[in-house]
Amino acid sequence: MREIDSDFTALPLRALADAALSRARELGAEHVDFRLERIRHQTLRLSDGNLETAIDADSTGFAVRVILAGTWGFASGIDLTTDAAARVAEQAVEVAKVAAAINRERIELAAEPAHGDRVWISSYEVDPFDVAVRDKTALLGDWSARLLGDDRVAHVDASLLQVKENKFYADTAGTVTTQQRVRLHPVLTAVGIRDGAFDTMRTLAPPAGRGYEYLTGAAWDWDDELARIPELLAEKLTAPSVEAGTYDLVVDPSNLWLTIHESIGHATELDRALGYEAAYAGTSFATPDKLGSLQYGSKVMNITGDRTAEHGLATIGYDDEGVETQAWDIVRDGLFVGYQLDRRIARLTGAERSNGCAFADSPSSMPLQRMANVSLRPAPQGPSTEELISGVDRGLYVVGDKSWSIDMQRYNFQFTGQRFYKIENGRLAGQVRDAAYQATTTDFWNSMEAVGGPQTYVLGGAFNCGKGQPGQVAPVSHGTPSALFRGVNILNAVKEAGK
Amino acid sequence: MTTPQETVERALALSRADGCVVIAEESSGTNLRWAGNTLTTNGVTRSRRLTVIAIKNKAEGVSTGVTSRTGVTEDQVEDLVRAAERAAADNAPAEDATSLIEAAEAGPSGRWEEPPAETSIGVFEGFAPSLGEAFAAADANARLLYGFAEHTMNTTFLGTSAGLRLRSDQPTGKVELNAKSGDRSRSAWTGVGTRDFRDVDVTALAGDLARRLEWGRRRIDLPAGRYETLLPPSAVADLMVYLYWSAGARDAHDGRTVFSRPGGGTKVGESLTGTPVRLYSDPAAPGLECTPFGVAHASSRDSSVFDNGVALRPVDWISEGRLSALLQTRHSSRLTGLPFTPGVDNLLMEVPGSTATLDEMIAGTRRGLLLTCLWYIREVDPQSLLLTGLTRDGVYLVEDGEVVGEVNNFRFNESPVGVLSRIAEAGATRRTLAREWSDYFTRTAMPPLRIADFNMSTVSKAS
Repeated sequence: MREIDSDFTALPLRALADAALSRARELGAEHVDFRLERIRHQTLRLSDGNLETAIDADSTGFAVRVILAGTWGFASGIDLTTDAAARVAEQAVEVAKVAAAINRERIELAAEPAHGDRVWISSYEVDPFDVAVRDKTALLGDWSARLLGDDRVAHVDASLLQVKENKFYADTAGTVTTQQRVRLHPVLTAVGIRDGAFDTMRTLAPPAGRGYEYLTGAAWDWDDELARIPELLAEKLTAPSVEAGTYDLVVDPSNLWLTIHESIGHATELDRALGYEAAYAGTSFATPDKLGSLQYGSKVMNITGDRTAEHGLATIGYDDEGVETQAWDIVRDGLFVGYQLDRRIARLTGAERSNGCAFADSPSSMPLQRMANVSLRPAPQGPSTEELISGVDRGLYVVGDKSWSIDMQRYNFQFTGQRFYKIENGRLAGQVRDAAYQATTTDFWNSMEAVGGPQTYVLGGAFNCGKGQPGQVAPVSHGTPSALFRGVNILNAVKEAGK
Repeated sequence: MTTPQETVERALALSRADGCVVIAEESSGTNLRWAGNTLTTNGVTRSRRLTVIAIKNKAEGVSTGVTSRTGVTEDQVEDLVRAAERAAADNAPAEDATSLIEAAEAGPSGRWEEPPAETSIGVFEGFAPSLGEAFAAADANARLLYGFAEHTMNTTFLGTSAGLRLRSDQPTGKVELNAKSGDRSRSAWTGVGTRDFRDVDVTALAGDLARRLEWGRRRIDLPAGRYETLLPPSAVADLMVYLYWSAGARDAHDGRTVFSRPGGGTKVGESLTGTPVRLYSDPAAPGLECTPFGVAHASSRDSSVFDNGVALRPVDWISEGRLSALLQTRHSSRLTGLPFTPGVDNLLMEVPGSTATLDEMIAGTRRGLLLTCLWYIREVDPQSLLLTGLTRDGVYLVEDGEVVGEVNNFRFNESPVGVLSRIAEAGATRRTLAREWSDYFTRTAMPPLRIADFNMSTVSKAS
């Protein structure tokens, strides 16, 4: 059984926590939490097989968050001594005092049981940080060479992002957690140039909460995908430009995860719906008065939130407020029934308990309500992707994510993809270029006629979901089957550019 | 405690590599965030990062290894140096390998010996009470204020085995203020960049927003379509910053961007617009001063660790409407045969002879849209640099020189290159804050622009 890295547990975790918690309590704080993190990043990038970027970057530090007289105070530090921890606790109290003058809303937290001393480690086999860089770059180099060996490929970008997070958390209620998780994202992009035009084709392998075994065959067939890319790219470069208009869409999980992320994941964050992100990330059309009454989508739409799915990027044992993570319904049979919560937002709205969505992206960041793994459930006996396609007379099959944009209340979105295939009379009829699909969220999800079965289900996701000020990034996964949508607006990007 | 300068010297002294670059950075920051006329979060942060770049000459070429950590103590410096050296020994040759920058090519050394600069919550001493007054005024007028204020101070100490010792203090600040009507049906936004918050006038910012909320009392629904559109400086900044980020010489040379010449090479020298636009960077631009030497923690398409310390000079990216330079490393400069023009952390645009204010441009409008800012901007098609995004926090209809009401929001699909080619009028350049990209890029000065046929592709229901 895997254990937390010994060089992390060897840090003076408990001594610093004790110093910070006790000092803040002495100064009158009614709630104190302490978080010490070490986050390891390694980024490798190859350009046409040549090593372009190789950097190891570690961040270690700690943060103290207090509630003093109903006002937040937050401070972070980097010197791992008990004196420094006590000083940072004093700073957090000082910040709360300064902030009290402009705080008009008493901060209270939803209750959470004290969990005692807990340890949690994510599910992976090989720690990518135990693998020699030369082995990783050799693998990326080999993959690049396979693509560059095809005349139809002009350039290849290859990258591998790897992260290992260690989090230690302690609060005045008595929860102490020590956690470790690993994630990585390998990507290869082939560039083709023909007759003065260029385009790209990217691997679809999603980022995953897995170890290095992900690159050596576990859960993804790299050989197959790499072998197909040159032909897919060449076909795209010579494909006809799409005719703008209304089409039925079969959307592959490699594309639909991002639509779920933008139009459901962010829209059902309760802090957004209440206006706490109004000046930045925005708000949400899914306001609390619509909970239990809004028909978010068709009857086949069932959305869950969870921070527990194996290999999920948002998966962890306990969140950054000491809440044990959970799974819950957000949309049931098309009806909007649940939000994502942290302790403060849960309390504000009378919910009994947070569902564990607090996350800070670094030791110097204050936890925010961040996205759980928000996923579309497959139909238990549902169709294959081919069966979904067979039900379309005139449509498009969308594969792979590319460009995305949605408005500040999560109504109007526009997405492109790695490839769009024409569907004619239930069969694929070659790629088309320049397509983007655009819709209003509830129109789109109510136009979903069918979802695929478990055999089509894929856990997609991203490393870099942005939110908050100061800006923070969070990793998050979204599982989804393929799905069929009727009557979606398709734009032609070239015509949009006025060409 | 060891100073950053001593840490740099110690790391360089410990180095056994054929070349070494050490970057020690001390950062402090403080922020306030508010929503619905009350504070929501706040904080003070401090960070110390040490980056060691080891360079190793090997038979097959020159390799580099980069290791970067926060909170490095004196007894951990050697660990970091050795880790970088092991990585350099392990890594394949670097394509961008060249000599390190020598003193003659380097930027100004700054006050190397002095302690790092820092900021604290005290930077808001004058700002916070003004904000409190703005909350009270908003309460009294059934308005809600949302927003964020942040100040950071980054001090960079750069030392190299070629003898460079350079230091830079970079203050960065911004305020974003968003006002909504009590029912949240109307919204307006403004933002400013600042070095020290002494020039931030909260009362004036809130007053401008109150005026815009009043404009929104009359609601006008317009369909999607192409409209004559007045882009305020913030919206111009968001479009031009994206254009700047897309102006890498290497990618253009490889045939992968809007600045690639079909058939090979780049479009440097070609006309982008009939308007004599100047788009440029200058590390000494008044009020927008930025680090005057290159700092690269790792090599990438548009930066090279071998260029660390190079002097950054004023550079025109677009001059007289022609593309005149692209973002270069010394390596890409050799590949493209174009001058070495490294990126600078500010961006300015001006159209010579343009003096009109935005209000004067509104007064000169027969019928058109006036935007506040742009949001969620993403690239749709790199071939044309087509971007999509949303209008946000106030789209107004101007008729016969006056704002006559607020219009629904739109999703736009436009290329900044296309926008440059359709400038009907430019105003006077002024300092501004890009709404979308200010997390990464705060130092901009742009004119308002009147654009013909701006493509409002679809209607957004967001208000």
